[in-house]
Amino acid sequence: MIVDVAIVALKAFLVLFMVLNLAGVLGWVERKGSALIQDRIGANRASIFGFAGMGLVNTLIADPLKFLTKEDFIPPAGDKLLHTLAPCMAFFPALVTFAVIPFGDVLNIGERAINLQVANLNIGILYVFAMGSLGVYGIVIGAWASNNKFSLLGGVRGSAQMISYEVAMGLSVMGVLMIYGTLELQEIARAQGTLIREMLPQWLLFMRPIIGWLPAWGIFLQPLAFLLFFAAAVAETKRIPFDLPEGESELVAGYHVEYSGGKFLMFFAGEFAEIVTAAGLITTLFFGGWQVPYLMRDGFHFPWGAVWLLPHLTVVVLQLVSFTVKIIFFCWLQILLRWSVPRFRYDQVMRLGWKMMLPAALLNVAVTAIVIVLAQ
Amino acid sequence: MDFSTLVFFLLAGLLVLSSLLVVFLRNVVHCALALVSALLIIAILFVTLHAPMLGVLQVMIYAGAIMVLFLFVIMFLNPAVLERTGTLWWSTATVLALLFGGLLVPLFFNNEVAGDPVASTELFGSPEMLAKSLFNDFVLPFEIASVLLLVAIVGAVVLAKRERAVR
Repeated sequence: MIVDVAIVALKAFLVLFMVLNLAGVLGWVERKGSALIQDRIGANRASIFGFAGMGLVNTLIADPLKFLTKEDFIPPAGDKLLHTLAPCMAFFPALVTFAVIPFGDVLNIGERAINLQVANLNIGILYVFAMGSLGVYGIVIGAWASNNKFSLLGGVRGSAQMISYEVAMGLSVMGVLMIYGTLELQEIARAQGTLIREMLPQWLLFMRPIIGWLPAWGIFLQPLAFLLFFAAAVAETKRIPFDLPEGESELVAGYHVEYSGGKFLMFFAGEFAEIVTAAGLITTLFFGGWQVPYLMRDGFHFPWGAVWLLPHLTVVVLQLVSFTVKIIFFCWLQILLRWSVPRFRYDQVMRLGWKMMLPAALLNVAVTAIVIVLAQ
Repeated sequence: MDFSTLVFFLLAGLLVLSSLLVVFLRNVVHCALALVSALLIIAILFVTLHAPMLGVLQVMIYAGAIMVLFLFVIMFLNPAVLERTGTLWWSTATVLALLFGGLLVPLFFNNEVAGDPVASTELFGSPEMLAKSLFNDFVLPFEIASVLLLVAIVGAVVLAKRERAVR
């Protein structure tokens, strides 16, 4: 009993530790990466005994210290309680969503089988959407409590945008859920361990030599859903090209214009935590989660028949490494995207969400349903 | 008193408190947030009753969508503080509330266990069970409800369009 509780606590700690630290490192990647893209030097001022570490000292030590020691200014006409509460409301959902994302298969220690996932809920992905829908409050309340016109405009934009893209996001995942037939993220990750040739219906068997050797990852089975989900996930993190709630050239900084010090840091870190969570979801739904291609529980089984057996611990470590590498890749991709494309206009954001992504997601669901029925 | 009962009373107390705050706070945004917290506590109650699906749907639909739209409208209209309501309103509302509360009194003295307790199987409250009953036993009411919602959406779009044509 106590051991079980300790294991869950340890897993929760491990996941929070990884997400928060990755969020911190992403701050460095963002500043140095943007400098690289824009042909600047980037953060290079702060150093400890002359050691600047490529700006690491600046972004990981000096910046947080500066934020935490700054004056915490609350607008006199604003709402003191809600102004303080809002950053927490924005930060909390981004952190707890990761609880249902599996970071490995089962780890066997002696008699005990540890499921490498903090919480195995049978509603899995619905929990993700529930927590995602709570993320709006941080923005709306922060914007309103600041009692500032720019903030309020940012908050209104943010809530409309996030609700709109939740619809497209939910519908785009539907196809994936239909193919793997479950809402549990661990089950979805496990189902992606097979090969496509085992999933092909009768009338598609001629495709077997061409694509049969691919692992049955979501990206190969649901490419359109991946594009839609990725776009919607970027819109949910409120970053360029969907950073209308912030829009610094029109709204100064949007919903967090009146925030300084530690509270601003929470909004800032919450955004990076959202990036990590989005990367985790994309990895789990479309890129096999912790799966390494052809790696089963006892070792590699290659499609041409070769088998390479590996000890259990090696397999688990390979899975953890695979999951981490995929997450880091998608975090990097999101940051690259943020510094590569211009911002949409607001009507374009709405048109993309409602008139293009929503019908495309519906079409995807319909086509997937037809193919599944035909395959039976 | 065992642990689950303790949790229930803690949650129930918080639920009553936040419901009272919805009624008695003077700032509309504070009221809306108190309502959100009440809805979240109900969701947690569902989870403690082994119905995580209902809990999550509660969060997703009420706390995550409907209340956000409430806040959206409140922010647009921005009524700073509610006007004080008259004594007539207060007295009528109090009498009505007491009447409704009176309906609950017999329940407190009723110690009978529910006649037909549902066996808590693995599938109880799972998405599979919900989908099966929705799409087999209740498929007609389900479809009627969805058509009703569609009509409401179409109506809203038509109204919004007409306004633009006049301008």
